[in-house]
Amino acid sequence: MADTVKIATRESYGKALAELAPQYPNLVVLDADLAGATKTATFQKACPERFIDCGIAEGNMMGIAAGLSTCGMIPFASSFAMFAAGRAFEQIRNSIGYPRNNVKIGATHAGISVGEDGATHQCCEDIALMRTIPGMVIINPCDDIEARAAVKAAVEYVGPVYLRFGRMAAPVLNNPENYHFELGKGITLKDGNDITIVATGLMVAEAVEAGQLLEQKGISARVINIHTIKPLDEELIINAAKETGKIITIEEHSVIGGLGSAVADVVCASCPVPVIKMGVQDVFGYSGPGGDLITKFGLRAANIVETAEKALSK
Amino acid sequence: MDQALKKELSIAACNVRIGAIEGVHCAKSGHPGGSLSAADIIAYLYFKEMNIRPEEPKWEERDRFVLSKGHIAPALYAALANRGYFPVEELKTLRKIGSRLQGHPDMKHIPGVDMSTGSLGQGISAACGMAKAGKLMGKNYRVYAVLGDGEIQEGQVWEAAMFAGHNKLDNLCVVVDNNGLQIDGDVADVCSPYPIDEKFQAFGFHVINIDGHNFDEIEAAFAEARTIKGKPTAIIAKTVKGKGISFMENKASWHGTAPNDEQYEIAMSELKAVLAGLEA
Repeated sequence: MADTVKIATRESYGKALAELAPQYPNLVVLDADLAGATKTATFQKACPERFIDCGIAEGNMMGIAAGLSTCGMIPFASSFAMFAAGRAFEQIRNSIGYPRNNVKIGATHAGISVGEDGATHQCCEDIALMRTIPGMVIINPCDDIEARAAVKAAVEYVGPVYLRFGRMAAPVLNNPENYHFELGKGITLKDGNDITIVATGLMVAEAVEAGQLLEQKGISARVINIHTIKPLDEELIINAAKETGKIITIEEHSVIGGLGSAVADVVCASCPVPVIKMGVQDVFGYSGPGGDLITKFGLRAANIVETAEKALSK
Repeated sequence: MDQALKKELSIAACNVRIGAIEGVHCAKSGHPGGSLSAADIIAYLYFKEMNIRPEEPKWEERDRFVLSKGHIAPALYAALANRGYFPVEELKTLRKIGSRLQGHPDMKHIPGVDMSTGSLGQGISAACGMAKAGKLMGKNYRVYAVLGDGEIQEGQVWEAAMFAGHNKLDNLCVVVDNNGLQIDGDVADVCSPYPIDEKFQAFGFHVINIDGHNFDEIEAAFAEARTIKGKPTAIIAKTVKGKGISFMENKASWHGTAPNDEQYEIAMSELKAVLAGLEA
């Protein structure tokens, strides 16, 4: 995919907010001193009167967002995933989730692809944390096209939404001409009968490549993109379990509580088949270039191929 | 203050205390001490200060109230019920299964509750958000928040205070219910928040110190807050925890304990004697 255009989904986030601003006069964007990094600065430039910098105080920012929403505004509260889902978890739970306030949380710099900043900034727990909050919608887009569509869908949806974006440039897989985003609906990118690869976010590109590589080896792998982790497209997952008999999940997140766990929960209850969870295996990350870390953590297409072959040999 | 108004507010405050004790006794749990210390301030807000419509709880132009010290929900519920948001009789369902009167305020179900609170330090942030929304949308409503003096040990309170000062939220008025006691004892002994007034001043607030049981001072403070432009106001109200019930006054142990049947009878007879005196 060397010739594919690459755009970090955080860039898409900032652009989408700026683009949606004229259409939604109640849209406001909050940040906690990271506007340059989360790319909300793009919105700030386009719409300075509706940008609120809360300073380095993420817990307060979530409360401010909650208060704004009770008065009819649509706030997007932005920070790194670590400080949004992590530091401000309880504010999100009690001031946003419990009262079902119409707040959108734009969390960038998720996962190990954050890179050089190291473990303190590499949030591999956010999906797990957000999944435990009743009614929280969780969207983890795979590329620029999907990320922009997700932001628009979040604006239109009434209720709390957690949006997960990456720091590292991600290949643009989707074609804007025919791409359609539907909240809570997974997308089958490639059909197949031998095994299913369920991927989310940055890992979708690796899954697509793995699907092609497996095809060359005579293995028919189904590839599913799950952009909405909650509510999960259970029907799509159950059908994949029934029709292919084996599932691999891959995410740039801990294997505890993320996409893999969500898929396993559904499969266990409705159609028990092996679910192999690829992701960050209950360890902290470390410093290094984001792309190299993805390789070091075994989250490349080649690793998926290897995992699939091993699963099918059993 | 006009004597007729003072009498009316004293009756309202007494009814808030009666309703709060009724609820906590029926629930066999809850927080009477702080409900009683803040009763006069809450009564003043709901019966005099705030521009609200009980028949239209979500009226867009209404003044907002956030009970940041959400555990004194019994006082808030009693004020709302006595103000006509829901039947006073419903106060007896406090904390019971199926009741909308949850242990801490729930904005989704209780008419008149503008923000769900209970986890300390969070309400003031939401109040700042409401005030900021008013500024952004050019609305004239005001936002009031009541905090505990123990609650201000939470760092988030000062994050919010910094935000309010920085954003010049002159439509925001916070009240600290300075009853001096928290669960583990005297706030000054547990982890002193003093000097409270100077702290808020440092964060850009206009600060007014008052006796939180004196309606003349309460009235003057809220009137003064309305005149302050370009900065939020903090009213530091010196109060008595358990105010109005002899055996509960100034006792930290009444922070989160319900009276038993015998104690309830004594408490109610004291409050009803006050009420009878006022109504005579």
